Amino acid sequence: MSTGIWHQIFNYDDYGQLLALVANSIVAAAVLGVVGGLISTFVMMRDLAFAVHGIAELSFAGAAAALLLGVNVVAGSLAGSVLAAAVIGALGVRVRDRNSAIGVLMPFGLGLGVLFLSLYKGRAANKFGLLTGQIVAVDTPQTAWLIGVSVVVLLALAVVWRPLTFASLDPDVAAARGVPVRALSPVFTLVLGLAVATTIQIVGALLVLALVVTPAAAATRVTASPRLIPLLSVLFAVTSVVGGILIALGGSVPISPYVTTIAFVIYLACRAAGAVRTRSGWARRPPAAVAD
Amino acid sequence: MTGPMIEHPGTIAPQAAPAVLSLTGAELRRGERVLWSGLDLELRGGEFIAVLGPNGAGKTSLLHAVLGQVPLAAGTLLIGGRPPRRGGDLIGYIPQQRAVAPHTPLRARDLVRLGVDGHRWGLPLGGRGLRRRIDELLTEVGAHAYADMPLGLLSGGEQQRVRIAQALATDPALLLCDEPLLSLDPHHQHAIVDLLDRRRRARGTAVLFVTHELNPVLPLVDRVLYLAGGRFRVGTPDEVMTSSVLSGLYGGQVEVVRAHGRYLIAGAPVPHHPDPTEGVPT
Repeated sequence: MSTGIWHQIFNYDDYGQLLALVANSIVAAAVLGVVGGLISTFVMMRDLAFAVHGIAELSFAGAAAALLLGVNVVAGSLAGSVLAAAVIGALGVRVRDRNSAIGVLMPFGLGLGVLFLSLYKGRAANKFGLLTGQIVAVDTPQTAWLIGVSVVVLLALAVVWRPLTFASLDPDVAAARGVPVRALSPVFTLVLGLAVATTIQIVGALLVLALVVTPAAAATRVTASPRLIPLLSVLFAVTSVVGGILIALGGSVPISPYVTTIAFVIYLACRAAGAVRTRSGWARRPPAAVAD
Repeated sequence: MTGPMIEHPGTIAPQAAPAVLSLTGAELRRGERVLWSGLDLELRGGEFIAVLGPNGAGKTSLLHAVLGQVPLAAGTLLIGGRPPRRGGDLIGYIPQQRAVAPHTPLRARDLVRLGVDGHRWGLPLGGRGLRRRIDELLTEVGAHAYADMPLGLLSGGEQQRVRIAQALATDPALLLCDEPLLSLDPHHQHAIVDLLDRRRRARGTAVLFVTHELNPVLPLVDRVLYLAGGRFRVGTPDEVMTSSVLSGLYGGQVEVVRAHGRYLIAGAPVPHHPDPTEGVPT
């Protein structure tokens, strides 16, 4: 029995053929890894982990509705995400208001999703996949959608990168320097919504945080450099999702446990490394240069 | 200005230079409430003005007006002879020291960099010139030793030094300081005040300094703007910090005692400090 379970989780017969079948998914996953890694640096800066979760639940409801209506699932999940992003943006500017708004929104979205799924008479694997991730569902037209939306997200991030960093980390001075701090907030929430909607296609609504929060959470443990954090974060996210898919090919369970486990292990390793670095004083200070 | 300063002694008398900041008949409202009105104030290069008054008197709102974030209800406000605009290079802004979360992804040099080009669109590329500029700014405030330390690992005093470097990034003609000494110990307060003093003497930077406590900056203060109860008074510390002036502003009996180069105030009807754990107000 135990070998049976083990065989379900890890089984590498016919690996080469499987790999060819999922080439699309791996490309899509790598792109989503880049998106997740970059967006997660801003999710950390802006303390939006909870918003990610809220957006994911509404995105799930949108995808479930699309499944029920027989329309494009990615489009449905985008619609749900954008709606959630708009509501979160409108309801709460302050962190406390925002979090309670998300807390109210999240179960509602999840409930809607459950309703749509229970009305859906199609394949059960489709239902489960929306929540916990799927890999087979990523066919060529969907890959095109995912990559298209990802490119939009990456371009938007490239344009707002500097002022968004300023507004996120140092809002008072950013406002004094003429950065449109308030306007950037809904812009970012919208971009985040797009990113979450695409990520859901791979890891599912419940596990989005592994790609949109964990990578930068891990990176900020080991460095404070604004250049290294996004690079490490992308590296972590791509490793988690592509690595997860490659390992998952050998089993019959969804890919998400592999992805989330890799992400979590990376996070633990970074925490340990960061603790060591902090204990040793982080960066060396030249001893002679005490200014006071 | 990054090049060397060329001095022409006598060519520009301080009084002939245009006012860095000038307010004429200025009125500011918050909703229906008039915070202050009829304010005339001229700030010249190198001048240090302390803005005092109880909470809610409109001190920070004055800074917001100067930054172009809040419009005046009446009167004019000119910065270097022009109306305020958001994000102008003429103004440097130093906020209160606030706790920085431990894993905030910013090192000292990154905070300064935000002051240099953080407001521009696009990716944070940037080369050797930018790095040299940041090093210069950090050296100027004596913060170069911890340039690569994460902000969250610096002491409050160190953070405020870095904040000054950030505010000086555009080589401003006017520094706006919003309680920059709050929550610093006297030793660090002194160091920060000293930095501001050196800057204004060397480069003629005017300083508008909002504070609860006059005493730490008293040696630098040219004039005081005291805002209270919708009224205000401008003058030298000796002119403003008197029992009769403050009693008039607060509309109640206020005693001001000057002792050992410090002002002590007793009986202000509106408390200066909402938090009783903070010390006796100036």
